[in-house]
Amino acid sequence: MSGDYRKMWESIGLDLEAHDRLLQALPPAYGEVYLTQENRPAMDYFDFVVNEIHGLRIQELQEHKARGGKVIGTFCVFVPEEIIRAAGGICIGLCSGIEIGSAQAEKVLPRSICPLIKSFMGFKLARVCPYFESCDMVVGETTCDGKKKAFEILNDYVPVHVLEVPQMKREKDRLLWRGEVGDFLAGVEEVTGNRVTAESLARSVREVNGKRRALARLAGLRKNSPAPISGKDSLLIEQIAMYDDVERFTLKVNQLCDELEKRVREGVGVHRPGAPRIIVTGTPMAIPNWKVPHIIEGSGAVIVAEELCTGLRYFENTVPEESESMEQSLGTIADRYMNINCACFTPNTGRMEKLVQLAEEYNADGIIHCSLSFCDPYMIEANRVEKMLKEKGIPMLKIETDYGQEDVGQLRTRIEAFLEMIG
Amino acid sequence: MLSAGIDIGSRTIALVVTDGKEIVQSAVVDTGFDPAKKAAEMAAGLTQAVPVTATGYGRHSAKNGFAGHVITEIKAHALGAGRLFPGAGTVLDIGGQDMKVILLDAKGNVEDFQMNDKCAAGTGKFLEVMAGALGYGSVEDFGRDSLTGAPGTRISSMCTVFAESEAVSLVHRGTDRRDIGRALHASVIERAFGLIQRVGCAAPLVFTGGAALNPCVVQLLRERIKGPVLIPGDPQLVGALGAALSGLENKNQQ
Ligand code: SF4
Ligand code: SF4
Repeated sequence: MSGDYRKMWESIGLDLEAHDRLLQALPPAYGEVYLTQENRPAMDYFDFVVNEIHGLRIQELQEHKARGGKVIGTFCVFVPEEIIRAAGGICIGLCSGIEIGSAQAEKVLPRSICPLIKSFMGFKLARVCPYFESCDMVVGETTCDGKKKAFEILNDYVPVHVLEVPQMKREKDRLLWRGEVGDFLAGVEEVTGNRVTAESLARSVREVNGKRRALARLAGLRKNSPAPISGKDSLLIEQIAMYDDVERFTLKVNQLCDELEKRVREGVGVHRPGAPRIIVTGTPMAIPNWKVPHIIEGSGAVIVAEELCTGLRYFENTVPEESESMEQSLGTIADRYMNINCACFTPNTGRMEKLVQLAEEYNADGIIHCSLSFCDPYMIEANRVEKMLKEKGIPMLKIETDYGQEDVGQLRTRIEAFLEMIG
Repeated sequence: MLSAGIDIGSRTIALVVTDGKEIVQSAVVDTGFDPAKKAAEMAAGLTQAVPVTATGYGRHSAKNGFAGHVITEIKAHALGAGRLFPGAGTVLDIGGQDMKVILLDAKGNVEDFQMNDKCAAGTGKFLEVMAGALGYGSVEDFGRDSLTGAPGTRISSMCTVFAESEAVSLVHRGTDRRDIGRALHASVIERAFGLIQRVGCAAPLVFTGGAALNPCVVQLLRERIKGPVLIPGDPQLVGALGAALSGLENKNQQ
């Protein structure tokens, strides 16, 4: 990081000592996972953003707050960013991708729980995340049981607005969800002190759509062979999408896509010819969790798509931009989110259909299903995925892992054997 | 045309040199503290210069040194078992610290596979710890003696630590240690059987790895799967043989 941010960190209430330990862990991992890749496209902006993850971007948030703006943190791609922006707020996806503050988290949570949940609780209780500490409110949801119940506890430390995400996708569930989106608007207006107008909502719908389209453009370019960008770099961009400034990020992704288009025309790729093309699917891979993609691409394959919440589920589908009223906009926003294929729904057949379609569109040789330990929804749904893929003759490998490094050797053997098998 | 395969496992390192028909040279040694060094010494000791293919958990360290190619132990065992027993349907390998089951297709290619989780439950290491806990000088004695144990005793935990304390408390209760031994071996087989069922067992099953030398494991496996179990003359060499064979394939492609 370039500047000296200690004063800022102290003023927002970080535990500086614990925070130092976190910072020491990050850069070496980044260098090893990212900077050793061959033939990367120009990723300078994104490398810079990661490097300044606790620096410049936090400074921007603090400046925004000094002007009276609010920051709202989220943990799930179901939270409508459009509404937060329309009320003048900044929406930040809180990462939870590293084991931190486990000892503190285990004071309030059971030991055997999804590492993502343990991580966000740990971040909060250990006071090491400057994003978390910048939040005026965080948004929880009733998706999986673990998160749902953990938000009750988190509310002791930071105000949590909980969205009720339905468990099914029937008409009455859609209605319930529309009501939740309406309540969310009211909650956001209260926290920010700003009224959302039809104009401000229309503008933010356009802006967020712009971000999604840029990410979709990037995803589309990866259908080419050779793939012009690695899966690891793509994942990184998708992770950054959750906390970076929307308009600047959109611009940078589009600029990168210009370069990638040129690569595609010239037949330039990032991998050896004939590398197996893999799709990863499963639970979110929050920054800095690059463990499995790093093993996959380190074993000679290339990841061409992520059917993940840090991936396609985040940016697929846009919200219609022409709208006659606030009511109508809220309805179309709600509908866009209800189309997300999360394993917290039953049934979640959309996800299986999507995977089959992706395998075809991206010309994939295999699918790796990757679930965090103790995640019931995804681990159980893996069975449905497996069944469907078997029917369609698409090879699949199922992995369950956490944020630790002890199983890296084992995972590598399994992934390499899978690649040998489909090769 | 000769080719060498080296299987660098957590407990043993096996080396095989083959001409594609016969095994012309082989060796198995304990891994010791520095597997990479030990493996390099074995490769350096080859009487003539032959291309080496490495497999096993230490394969990548060999790749940086003397080995031209690496393959996973899954593929290596499939190739090795398929060569020794053409038409093999399934391979069960129980090594020092892992357990794997490989389903083969009609051509002997890997169709599916399963490996145990990261812990040592149900592996060679597990039996080693239990042999110690029951006061046996060697795993060989433990296996031979347990063969004469009576069924009926049960060990409920698969975890090495918990199973050990279960075994010890059975000793204190006066249970015959041969019966406890049998129960411990049975728990390894239960674990293996779970994996076999996950991939679906195609007969015949080839059993490889150090545990295939243990008569109690073999006996209980036969009873459990109620089907033929084929055991190579030297079950610890199968991975290295597979690696050597894959080295020949690479040559043919070039
Ligand atoms: S997996 Fe489901 S609950 Fe988790 S972030 Fe995605 S949509 Fe939300
Ligand atoms: S990964 Fe699974 S258990 Fe963890 S928060 Fe997401 S849905 Fe819940």
